[in-house]
Amino acid sequence: MRLAIGMLTATALLVGTAQAQELRVGFMATFTGPGANLGQHLRDGFLLGLDHLGGKLGGLDTRLFIADDQLKPDVARQEVDKLLEKEKVHFVVGVVFSNILLAIYKPVIESGAFLISANAGPSQIAGAQCSERFFSTSWQNDQTHSALGKYAQEKGYKRVFLLAPNYQAGKDGLTGFKRYYKGTVVDEVYTQLGAVDFSAEIAKIQAAKPDAVYAFMPGGPGIALVKQYFQAGLTKQIPLLSAFTVDDTSLPALGSAAEGLISASQWAADFDNPANRRFVADFRAKYGYVPSYFAAQAYDAAQFLDAGIKGAGGRLDDKAALRDALRRAQFPSVKGKWKLNTNHIPINDFYYVTPGKLADGTPAMVKGELVFADYGDEYAKDCPMRW
Amino acid sequence: MEPTLLVVQFLNGIQLGTLLFLVASGLTLVFGILDVINLAHGVVYMVGAYAAASTFVRSGSLALAIAIAPVAALLVGLLLDRLVLRFLYDRNHLDQVLATFGVILFVDEAVRAIFGPAALPYPLPPAFEWSLELPGGATYPAWRLVIIVSGLVLAAILFGILHRTRAGMVVRAAATDPGMLAMLGVDIRRLFLVVLGAGSALAGFAGALAGPIVAVQPGMGDSVLILSFVVIVTGGLGSVQGALLGSFLVGLADTLGRSFLTDLLRLLLPPAAANEVGPALASMAIYLVMAIVLLIRPQGLVSLRRAAR
Repeated sequence: MRLAIGMLTATALLVGTAQAQELRVGFMATFTGPGANLGQHLRDGFLLGLDHLGGKLGGLDTRLFIADDQLKPDVARQEVDKLLEKEKVHFVVGVVFSNILLAIYKPVIESGAFLISANAGPSQIAGAQCSERFFSTSWQNDQTHSALGKYAQEKGYKRVFLLAPNYQAGKDGLTGFKRYYKGTVVDEVYTQLGAVDFSAEIAKIQAAKPDAVYAFMPGGPGIALVKQYFQAGLTKQIPLLSAFTVDDTSLPALGSAAEGLISASQWAADFDNPANRRFVADFRAKYGYVPSYFAAQAYDAAQFLDAGIKGAGGRLDDKAALRDALRRAQFPSVKGKWKLNTNHIPINDFYYVTPGKLADGTPAMVKGELVFADYGDEYAKDCPMRW
Repeated sequence: MEPTLLVVQFLNGIQLGTLLFLVASGLTLVFGILDVINLAHGVVYMVGAYAAASTFVRSGSLALAIAIAPVAALLVGLLLDRLVLRFLYDRNHLDQVLATFGVILFVDEAVRAIFGPAALPYPLPPAFEWSLELPGGATYPAWRLVIIVSGLVLAAILFGILHRTRAGMVVRAAATDPGMLAMLGVDIRRLFLVVLGAGSALAGFAGALAGPIVAVQPGMGDSVLILSFVVIVTGGLGSVQGALLGSFLVGLADTLGRSFLTDLLRLLLPPAAANEVGPALASMAIYLVMAIVLLIRPQGLVSLRRAAR
């Protein structure tokens, strides 16, 4: 018996050395607190991507370490240090929120690992602080706001009322909107972060009688805003455009209150390409809910890593070769096309999206008309990388 | 500034105040009778909202949903007493805060584990999808009227019980001087359980009422809890009357602050500066009101305790 165990151990050790080229990936997102829903979407998307690749990214045996940032920058720092020092990961992937990405950006980049954002895209990292160790499979934060600004401009809304939470991303969001919207801003109201009562703001909207309202109100407050806007009877009177508010993470809770509301996205569940059809069908079968852009971006992140590592011949220690391979990586993105900007953030087509139904009648955000073709973000010009 | 806007914002403030009162009244009595700081009270509000939302989605009956919410909240409130609170009656406030804060974290995560991290759907039936037309073209949503009316009715019933019945007299006496009442032969612990149960039921009812206008998700009780503490400190600890006054004061200060402060500042400051200062000041408004009240009356608006205590 002892002999058998000894032999088994020896075999295991031998196998261990033979597979020294094990890929270690840290996946960080928010799994507790109010943002947990988004983290779940992000993780499930990445796991499905890994699944579709047989559990191997770039043909390498892949070990995944999942970490919860709790939406607290200090916790994120500790967790990422653990991933880098103890687990010695080659890649850190994930991250829902910009403040978390900014908190772990330097530690990851300076450790020599690569950081792949599947969601957050703060302007600093898109611009002057860009890095050859950072890649994104989503967008730069302003892009969605700008797409809605352009939509409002094209729709001919003359007077728009703006609403956002009173913090940096809220102000950036409204700035992004105003970059392409040239009409009159009737009022610009900033609410307390986390506030869920919008009765006062809705009364102000009713009094101002704008042509449209633009809101950036992510998470629970956004759900509250849309429900209250609907209950006030405004949904049909004054169009409510929004970013990161009405999407596939909030739609189940919003139901009919979100009918007819407009948002913008570089992806929707009804995008008609083979990769996306497979992604949406398998995601729904495996997890039992409709994927959001969070899930789509994380799914793409797995495919992107796979293509990049394959391009580098599976060699993880040659960082320059790996960087070049990631830049050149081509894979069937669920968006239908894949192109990186010089700052390593995708160049996307943006469509307006609105609540609708998938082929089988399930409610989901569906694609409207194209708003922006091949839209690269405004900060790329500040990024010194050229390739 | 249009007068109708003022009326609507006033109603909005009253509505926020009624919701706060339903949560704060239980909180203040629990503190008044056994000197217990119960941070877990916000969790009970969340339980009410979850019970109502899941009942409504399954049964389609709003009446049933709103009837079940206080029952679920009452049971959870009493369960929390058995499991946690009763070990804390005689401990100091810091222990109570730490333990009941732990309860918040535990229950929030438990709800997330059971119901998932996404917000639950809790739509209103079409019967409530209308708005009251006010003169001047403004409207007021029906459901918010329901909240105001049912909240005020409950407040009236509560005051009737507290001021017109023997049981109410005992509760008021307990909040004023529990030691003396115990010496007169009243079982304070049992009385406390009754009050905790009733307070939990009220908070659960508030959760069921608020569910259709907010997001029913883990952690939804936290912001309400903070506001409720502001209410009971402003109103005077232990006093239901104080809680009522405090609720309306806080509700109005918050709503009117958000509505008009930025506009008022624009008269004095350049627009960009007003946009910076206004929202910051508006979110501080309730704390400023509390500070001013406490500066003038350190015991709160309505004080029960005699000066000697």
